[in-house]
Amino acid sequence: MREIRSMLNAVGQSVPRKDGIGKATGQARYADDLRFPGMLHGRTIRSTIPCGRLAAVRLGFDPAGFTVVDHRDIPGRNVVTLIADDQPCLVEREIRHVAEPVLLLAHENREALLGASVALEEEPAEPVFDPERSPTAFKTILIEKGDLAAGFAEADHVVEGTYCTGHQEHVYIEPQAVIAVPEDGGMTVYGSIQCPFYAHRALAVILGDAVARVRVIQTETGGGFGGKEEYPSGIAAHAALLALKSDRPVKLIYDRVEDMLATTKRHPAIVRHRTGLTRDGRLVAMDIEVILDGGAYQTLSAVVLSRGSIHAAGPYRCDNIRIAARAMFTNTPPNGAFRGFGAPQTQFGVEVHMERIAEALGLDPVRLRERNLLRPGDTTATGQRVGQDCAALEVLRTAVRRSGFRRKRKAYAGTGRGIGLAMYWHGSGFTGSGELKLASRATIELTATGVRVLTSSTELGQGTRTMHAQIVADALGVPYEQVEVAMPDTGLVPDSGPTVASRTCMVVGRILQRAAEEIRAKLGDATPAEYFRRHGPLAVTGQYEQPEWIRWDEIDYRGDAYAAYAWGCDVVEVELDRDTWEVRPVRVTVVNEIGKAIHPALARGQVEGGTVQGLGYALLERVVMRNGAMANAQLTNYIIPTTLDTPKLDVVLLEHPYDGGPFGAKGLGELPIDGPAPAVVNAIRQLGIDVRGIPAVPEAIREAACASP
Amino acid sequence: MRFTLNAREVELNVAPLARLLDVLREDCGLTGTKEGCGEGECGACTVLVDGEAVCACLVPVAQVEGAEVVTIEGLGDDHPLQRAFMDEVGAQCGICTPGMILTAITLGPRPSLAKIRRGLAGNLCRCTGYEAIYRAIHRAS
Amino acid sequence: MRTAVSRLELLQPRSLQHALRMLRDEGPLTPLAGATDLYVAVNFGTLDSTRFLNLWGLEPLRRITLCGDTLRIGALATYTSLIRSRLVRQRLPILARAALEVGGVQIQNRGTLGGNVANASPAGDTLPVLAVAEAVVVLRSVDRERRVPFAEFYTGYRQTVRRPDELIVGLEIPPVEGRQWFRKVGTRAAQAISKVVIAAVRGSSPRIALGSVAPTVIRLSQVEHALGAGAGMDEAVHRLDQDIQPIDDLRSTADYRRDVAGNLLQRFWAETGGLSS
Ligand SMILES: Cc1cc2nc3c(=O)[nH]c(=O)nc-3n(C[C@H](O)[C@H](O)[C@H](O)COP(=O)(O)OP(=O)(O)OC[C@H]3O[C@@H](n4cnc5c(N)ncnc54)[C@H](O)[C@@H]3O)c2cc1C
Ligand code: FES
Ligand code: FES
Repeated sequence: MREIRSMLNAVGQSVPRKDGIGKATGQARYADDLRFPGMLHGRTIRSTIPCGRLAAVRLGFDPAGFTVVDHRDIPGRNVVTLIADDQPCLVEREIRHVAEPVLLLAHENREALLGASVALEEEPAEPVFDPERSPTAFKTILIEKGDLAAGFAEADHVVEGTYCTGHQEHVYIEPQAVIAVPEDGGMTVYGSIQCPFYAHRALAVILGDAVARVRVIQTETGGGFGGKEEYPSGIAAHAALLALKSDRPVKLIYDRVEDMLATTKRHPAIVRHRTGLTRDGRLVAMDIEVILDGGAYQTLSAVVLSRGSIHAAGPYRCDNIRIAARAMFTNTPPNGAFRGFGAPQTQFGVEVHMERIAEALGLDPVRLRERNLLRPGDTTATGQRVGQDCAALEVLRTAVRRSGFRRKRKAYAGTGRGIGLAMYWHGSGFTGSGELKLASRATIELTATGVRVLTSSTELGQGTRTMHAQIVADALGVPYEQVEVAMPDTGLVPDSGPTVASRTCMVVGRILQRAAEEIRAKLGDATPAEYFRRHGPLAVTGQYEQPEWIRWDEIDYRGDAYAAYAWGCDVVEVELDRDTWEVRPVRVTVVNEIGKAIHPALARGQVEGGTVQGLGYALLERVVMRNGAMANAQLTNYIIPTTLDTPKLDVVLLEHPYDGGPFGAKGLGELPIDGPAPAVVNAIRQLGIDVRGIPAVPEAIREAACASP
Repeated sequence: MRFTLNAREVELNVAPLARLLDVLREDCGLTGTKEGCGEGECGACTVLVDGEAVCACLVPVAQVEGAEVVTIEGLGDDHPLQRAFMDEVGAQCGICTPGMILTAITLGPRPSLAKIRRGLAGNLCRCTGYEAIYRAIHRAS
Repeated sequence: MRTAVSRLELLQPRSLQHALRMLRDEGPLTPLAGATDLYVAVNFGTLDSTRFLNLWGLEPLRRITLCGDTLRIGALATYTSLIRSRLVRQRLPILARAALEVGGVQIQNRGTLGGNVANASPAGDTLPVLAVAEAVVVLRSVDRERRVPFAEFYTGYRQTVRRPDELIVGLEIPPVEGRQWFRKVGTRAAQAISKVVIAAVRGSSPRIALGSVAPTVIRLSQVEHALGAGAGMDEAVHRLDQDIQPIDDLRSTADYRRDVAGNLLQRFWAETGGLSS
């Protein structure tokens, strides 16, 4: 028995997705597909000014049949708890941004709900929109390595530049959606929620003692990309407050306009570089300043800044580095988590800067990067020694060869085509000792037919269920089909930490692998089903164990920032229409080193999807902010790539196993979003156009072209 | 009003200007048709009306009087495209998938890549970058 | 969905005559064709009308026929039917081209030519085509049919000469002589609202029309005149600058639109040169 079973191999195979059939038949249940008896619909009334005071709220409707909630109805604390408890669940007096939730309404008839008019009396004050002029920093970080002055003294050349990135909207195709149901003396919240335990904690604080038991259950989720990481906590609280007051289930669904207007976006960034190099192109000093626009509340800005700054020097070795970073307050809706988490912004800066360095020094862009890329044993900006799995050089060489970069670069010179490349890296898991603090847990239990995996890791489309089941199947030596994966329900599953930071495979997958090995030892010769029949239930909960070598100094930002890094190189070919200034990506080669592809088709899907999202970030996606509000909050006016905007994609996955990950796997989900934007802009540079910001929309390219000599 | 829904006659008493999308989801209980924008941009609400793909969020239900409407539920669970979407991981989060599959049905047999790309331009997917969807459609044909 | 649809009223005519009577006797009514413009407004809750007239069932208005030398396109002809129509492809291929670039397939299956014309957006993609084709808008009320030259149909931003008791029943397109040219600029390759859209014909005297650069679609009569008289490109672009009034908006800038309009004019002229009569 055992022999046959251990030969089964799910890892490394593109097994059928656990959720494939439900999604292909329309049977999968997303939040808006659920209905509960007596359910009401909820609506959020929001501020209309970016800064000021709420003087009065006037209801212009007959309240019969309505549930109306304001901050006075909050039994616990009026705060959406996260890193800093600065964001109120509902505005009391101070208004810090447009679309801040002020009042909540519920009614069983959606049309009546919609028809209810509420007048807000708001007293405007002077807003701050420019992060550089903002008096308030949410967080500052300083990373220092070596001696910067000495580095510059050694330099033959100094190159400077400023690079800017705009907001990016997640555009998960399923808008935010939550349903709160008063149940068994407690409150159960169902929703499109990336991190059920974040919502759970926030609800506990807001509901206080009024509710004995809070339970959060993730429903099938139509995309998240970070946008459903922290934001749904507030929506869950809103729905729960309405449900508490009405004692009825309340469904709160945002329409697309509300979703775009009110919810978080990727932080806009300004990145300044001053770089010293020797004549032959060796980096000797990197002085980097990073400014993130945090919006009106902290949300996750501190952590986004942290990842952004750690990645800001790129995957390069340099002995003398200073990275000074700050996340600033502005009177705009708070920016938050978005795939990449600060790294796309800073890596845009460094990779466009590297291209400008190559240009300034008359060096070949590949050669310049080759010379400076991290090799095993080199140290990063935080002083971390990168491991044997460091694949930066191989990734670059593979991409250059595979794409025909050098040949095309020559051939395209002076034509309407350009080719550019970008190197990138992405740390897997929480920064520094973050994982230790999280102390994530994951459970495997026997069932009558196999085993069930219980984690709070959510399926957002990236394949969590499938990939966890594969890891458990192989670690346990049972067929993949016999592994079930439970829906994340805070009432049933342990806290495996949030589904973020490219940690779900590497970190949670590893915990599961160990738990499975423990079970396997207990089973002896029996299959899980046999064991279950003979001995009854058995469950093993594994907990995160930090690799011994990790040392991290949170104050000085020194040490082992991430347990592992994944590596990438993108080569992008573009075509420019000089009459319309439209740039079309025609071909993209992506080489990603990810340790181990547990499920090659899923991995490829992450890379393809992330790359196209990155192309949108580079070329199309522009949030127009007017007076602190997104003025183009519709899919007609905020445009993401369609089938006709996507180029030919050539994806290569390399595997340098990381021995702390399950079967060698590292994090992958975020990596591919880091490369496209700088590679696109570097391709545009080959056309003689000096673009230093994104989105590089035709209007911006035209302006840059007019300004370029 | 009457129309044919997934090969069955239905008779409903609904407001004539209700969106077909809401009638399908709320009055007929068919929640496989999704709403991503309500402005005709995303295609998540795509259904077939008399064999042609339309956005159910932009169709007043009165305009399908007497017509044949097919939703994802009408394909059952063993349509070649459904199988191909599973095999090729054409669905990640899955919210665009019902609409994608229904539009793909109208592409006809053995569509070229160019035809697929043009045909699916009204169906946004934020997860896949579309490549796996092309692979699925090629496999099914 | 931000409109209370159960409070909206829909009148269901049995025939065109019936529809016209309803318009006269029971108005004001908002004609409802493929709903691709109207229902966006219904979804956003920005529509004032509450009473609608359903045109969708009026089959005779879908026809595309040749009448003598004139191409007649019914107001309810969808983009898909324009793309599929051999008559359209032969006689006015740039109309089929424009239709192919509208929205995505779902919009092409529902959006109508009459709706595009009536909606009167300066960004309507078929409008420059109809302008250079010198189409005639056929308007009908219960007791009268009017034929309005396209150049006289629009009177201002989103304003037309159509009276509330009239419907657009179709467009008549005389033979177009010369090489036809069309280009839409929308940044995204599909599902895009035009930042600039141009249609042009290189015949014995050139015809050029632009969308999205003024409150209405415009014919560049000055430019046409100059080019027809043998003026150089510099002169033509200079005149174009005077003819258009682009603005900054959510989607683009006036400078960009001005620049691109000039560039496309030159491209049209270059690409159609040597082949004209
Ligand atoms: C996602 C999306 C993409 C789009 N892309 C494009 C694009 O690329 N290019 C473009 O030009 N447009 C585009 N549109 C707009 C729209 O599709 C077109 O304007 C379409 O032609 C409108 O036709 P309809 O039949 O749907 O009009 P409806 O929405 O039914 O009506 C539009 C207006 O015209 C009036 N009307 C309609 N028919 C008549 C008639 N026969 N007589 C008198 N009045 C009438 C209506 O009362 C209403 O005011 C897009 C729309 C969407 C939702
Ligand atoms: S919901 Fe209909 S197109 Fe997006
Ligand atoms: S699979 Fe998520 S939007 Fe397409």
